Amino acid sequence: MILIKGSKIFWVTPFLGWLILVAVSIACKENRSHDVFEFPDQISYNLHVRPILSENCFTCHGPDANKREAGLRLDIASEAYAALKESPGKHAIIPGSSIESLAFSRMISSDPKEKMPPPASNLKLSDHQIELIKKWIDAGAVYEPHWAFVPPTKTPLPKVKNEDWAQNEIDYFILSKMEEKGLDPSAMSDGLTLMRRLYFDLIGLPPSSEVLDNLEENGMDPEAVIDRLFKSAAYGEKMAVSWMDVSRYADSHGYQDDYYRTQWPWRDWVIHAFNKNMPYDQFITWQLAGDLLPNASKEQLLATGFNRNHKITEESGAIDEEYRVMYAIDRTNTLGKAMLGVTLECAQCHDHKYDPISQKEYFQTYAFFNTVAEWGIEEKTPGFSKKSPAKYPLMEISDKDVKELLQFINMPDSVARVNRLMAGMTKGTNYNSLLDEAKVLKVAVMGELDSTRNTYILERGAYDAHGEKVEPGVPASILPFPDSLSKNRLGLSKWLFDKNNPLTARVFVNRIWQELFGVGIVNTPGDFGLQGNLPINQELLDWLAVDFIAHGWDIQYLLKKIMLSSTYQQSSIVKKEHLTLDPENKYLARFPRLRLKAEEIRDLILASSGLLNKEIGGPSVKTYQPEGLWEAATSGRGNLSKFQLDTGKYLYRRGLYTFIKRTVPPPNMMLFDASNRDACEVERLKTSTPLQALVMMNDPVVLEASRVFAARLLKKDPKPEKGIAYAFYSIIGRKPDETERKILSKHLTSFLEEYSSDNKKAKKIVDVGRYPLMDDIPVEKHAALAQVITLIYNLEASITKA
Amino acid sequence: MEKEILDHGLNLNRRHFLSKLSLGLGSAALGSLLIPDLFRGNNFGGNGELGKSLPHFAPKAKRVIYLFQNGAPSQLESFDFKPKLRDLWGQELPDSIRQGQRLTGMTASQSSFPMVGSFCDFQQYGQARAWVSSLFPHTAKIVDDICIIKSMHTEAINHDPALTFFQTGAQQGNRPSMGSWLSYGLGSENNNLPAFTVLLSKGNGNGQGVYAKLWSNGFLPSAHQGVQFSNGEDPVLYLNDQQGMTKADRRKMLDNLAALNHHAYEKIGDPEIQAKVAQYELAYRMQTAVPEATDLSKEPDSVFEMYGEDSRKPGTFAANCLLARKLSESGVRFVQLYHQGWDQHGNLPNEMTVQAKDVDQASAALVKDLKQRGLLDETLVIWGGEFGRTNYSQGRLTQDNYGRDHHPRCFSIWMAGGGIKPGIVYGATDDLGYNITENPVHVHDFQATVLHQLGLDHERLTYRHLGRKFRLTDVSGQVIKELLV
Repeated sequence: MILIKGSKIFWVTPFLGWLILVAVSIACKENRSHDVFEFPDQISYNLHVRPILSENCFTCHGPDANKREAGLRLDIASEAYAALKESPGKHAIIPGSSIESLAFSRMISSDPKEKMPPPASNLKLSDHQIELIKKWIDAGAVYEPHWAFVPPTKTPLPKVKNEDWAQNEIDYFILSKMEEKGLDPSAMSDGLTLMRRLYFDLIGLPPSSEVLDNLEENGMDPEAVIDRLFKSAAYGEKMAVSWMDVSRYADSHGYQDDYYRTQWPWRDWVIHAFNKNMPYDQFITWQLAGDLLPNASKEQLLATGFNRNHKITEESGAIDEEYRVMYAIDRTNTLGKAMLGVTLECAQCHDHKYDPISQKEYFQTYAFFNTVAEWGIEEKTPGFSKKSPAKYPLMEISDKDVKELLQFINMPDSVARVNRLMAGMTKGTNYNSLLDEAKVLKVAVMGELDSTRNTYILERGAYDAHGEKVEPGVPASILPFPDSLSKNRLGLSKWLFDKNNPLTARVFVNRIWQELFGVGIVNTPGDFGLQGNLPINQELLDWLAVDFIAHGWDIQYLLKKIMLSSTYQQSSIVKKEHLTLDPENKYLARFPRLRLKAEEIRDLILASSGLLNKEIGGPSVKTYQPEGLWEAATSGRGNLSKFQLDTGKYLYRRGLYTFIKRTVPPPNMMLFDASNRDACEVERLKTSTPLQALVMMNDPVVLEASRVFAARLLKKDPKPEKGIAYAFYSIIGRKPDETERKILSKHLTSFLEEYSSDNKKAKKIVDVGRYPLMDDIPVEKHAALAQVITLIYNLEASITKA
Repeated sequence: MEKEILDHGLNLNRRHFLSKLSLGLGSAALGSLLIPDLFRGNNFGGNGELGKSLPHFAPKAKRVIYLFQNGAPSQLESFDFKPKLRDLWGQELPDSIRQGQRLTGMTASQSSFPMVGSFCDFQQYGQARAWVSSLFPHTAKIVDDICIIKSMHTEAINHDPALTFFQTGAQQGNRPSMGSWLSYGLGSENNNLPAFTVLLSKGNGNGQGVYAKLWSNGFLPSAHQGVQFSNGEDPVLYLNDQQGMTKADRRKMLDNLAALNHHAYEKIGDPEIQAKVAQYELAYRMQTAVPEATDLSKEPDSVFEMYGEDSRKPGTFAANCLLARKLSESGVRFVQLYHQGWDQHGNLPNEMTVQAKDVDQASAALVKDLKQRGLLDETLVIWGGEFGRTNYSQGRLTQDNYGRDHHPRCFSIWMAGGGIKPGIVYGATDDLGYNITENPVHVHDFQATVLHQLGLDHERLTYRHLGRKFRLTDVSGQVIKELLV
């Protein structure tokens, strides 16, 4: 059976079920170097050889001193060229002579005892890889420093044939690669599509039909639209979404009984900071070290909540030190992944296997985060019961603070706050203390110990295996820590933003690119190290990074720069040659079509139906989810053991505000690849499963929005067919064509007939969700139009950014 | 003819994926995508390594049912009989035995560690003369079909990390769970059902929660996420159409949806649109397949009697065992049960009696049921918790009451079917039930062995993430050959 018609390449057989769809949607992350099958004239160490050595050799002959075999190190030229300790007179690599290079002869040996890598390692070099290494050695075995550890510089713009196409610098870099590959750029996107793209990328919401009409009438100048959207408060919300993943933000502590926490004022700050267009260096410095700034303000202190968002245990049997250490490790690893794009965590138990980062350097970095005045579990600490929503060190936020200094916090009154905290809890030992505590809003923030706490290398990463004592420091191969900087988190921030730090700007610029194009220029956004993939276009990445720094780490400048390029403004229509020449769209000869994020899907549905509550910030909300999920998973303890649905306008807040109970995260968002907020994440999977279709067809979020939208349309015009085009326009962002109108009208007519003869069915269809029902609308019309709108929400185009 | 078309389709697909992914994913993943049923001989081979690569060798088991006893049942009241502890009742745990073993925060400050023997009696059963306590009379009757391992040990001493370690191979979250690895490696046997499903139940004993991360796909694609099932009205989240929506209505909706999507495809040319149409068709097929697979109403009374009266009550452990058999029969690769309530820090005699009653009959019935259907050989059944319990009492020891704290150094589990040697007892602990004396089995060894039975080499079933290849067993683990038929 051919399920998928139309395309000659796509066949689905009945034997391929569940999983086949996945592959279609997964972007490949595995290609270790570009164009595997091409044989380059000039062999580059970084581009061609290092990925092979890193994958196959460095585990035993790389940076990890403890696991190094035969004393041989192949990742550093001088060591690879040196006389071999175990084979006197011989050298692993002799530049210019592969025949005489012992490393090479071991690679081509047919003796299993001699062969490298050893067969037992399950690693094997292909003939192609062996040939590359041979050519490289014969050409002089020239090593190069790892690209990402060398500070970026701006290279001159490449020459391109089609200069007219380029609107700014970005286009030169993109176009030159395209021309190399024989690809032509696509035409400019049509105006409406581009507007929808800009809206989702800047505020995470679809443009309303009124906005689109207005734009069509008065012109659609992208720059003017961008400037206007920067001023919208929804911009901060949109930018906060991915920062929540990076920051592993959640509304519960994350272990075992999984109690409620109140970190949301920190989230309000993030929205505020983006809306103020706080420069990236300041944004990060406040979050890493706001408490250490001279005369730190309450706002700066609040920003440090970033590093207290990690999971915190309340399991009474836990060993305090084990968990305290885990929190410092979490912060260290988050710094690595989020800001440096380096897998620091691989050096926690031993020297890094691939990157030049020693275990000692790992714990030197860890030392910056090891002096927080915190406990692993707080149970026995006077003044803070284990049920406290915020953990020590913490800050208290008074009504006065909110009126004066922290106006961006959306603070509900204390009654509402207490109710929220006590939800599902009516009695119990902690009831009274909790009631007292709830009256004051508390947020866990950073704060240093008064006394010193020494840091040791933890052998094998074990919390109680103290090794050598270390001082705060950083991996020197990235950039040595200048003596002039103080050895605390503030110094660390300065090191991050030192003009010679090769990673910070690249990593952030790459993530912004990923946000807009779905895939970063480096498609391993958390790993710029030796095992990470090479940038598809390093000159572009470096140009953007240098430009970003030169413009004061201005995030809106960066966004606008990219959005005003032809690259960004291209059409997303897929041509046949795209699929044959560049099926993954690595070279961006078209704008990629991307499924919306979980939050954006929700926001699209609420916004287009008119249900959206536009309030900014405040405590997270519990919206529709299937019954019994929290109850089935809980031990019965804890103030989140029972799910209590929010009411009224709180049901219609943006996806960003959906309550994240870590142990049972909201299923409709998880099915669309949202993060469970266990740890820092810099990228979401993009998968496609039948369960997503079930959500779109049956989630009350969709069904309620459909019937509310239908009612709204019927109020305006009692003829249901009049509503179709408007609904389509509001959801898809363009007007339906003739074919689409016909199919949708047919759908409507058929349901009108069905419901006219069976009113009961129609009543059931509109009986979904808590939003008040409008009784004065004929139910058969209401239900039939709701069916049409649900159909539109389920279209591929609806939840796709095109 | 059909076969030809099929081969052609697969080859095209394979080539397409190859070009689209440019040698992307591991060959493992492609194997699972392209060869959903390796057991029916549908190995299309022919085109290089992919077809041949999975499974790595001939599997003994096709499916797993894992009866996880969440909270950690005491080995000393189930399968590890220590009469000496009765003799030494109330005496202090010798330091020579404890050897500085770290304790949990709950007993670390206890001034005394009085040893305590089992309150219940033990008898020997079966060809192996295996000791089983009086709390598990039904399990006692199937000892010739199961393999009891008394020498399990783990690294974590608290529930959350220990459970996570058991299911994902790492104490911290965000790694794929065992079921996800199997889904990734082998895919589903059934077109219309997910490869990895999860069933939850609760006993009355002191409980510890479960967490979605235990059935998380981690860094694997989310299609490999465990799907929570129940035999209630809505067996899978979002599966049921809203009230008032008939099957014909749904069909109409899908037809018009497909027409609109095809129309869009004509203009836009993105293959993702076509994939979306297929996605909806699969969802539609699930809407029929899942209720069929979870419908217990057609089971004869004799089956309910075998699993126990509780099996008629949706959501109980017994009902979930029966449901697990049905799902497994329908081709679900990995059915994961969790039964809460096994955390007996105090009041152990009473709580453990009740907990055992909840699970004993149904667990044994599942093994018998699979056996009589001829499915036990190809289904691996596993029963056990995340660690063991201490040989000394937590809290006050009285004549007839005591509790036991967490103990990672030794505990007992059992396995049945799926090429595991039946009727044996493996491993041993010292007379005080504190340390392993013979054949230790680490959690990673256990995981390696489970994968091995499914035809997978735990060192080769890997997925690249953050620049390195990850596997379920992290960097250790050995298949325990002595357990295999």
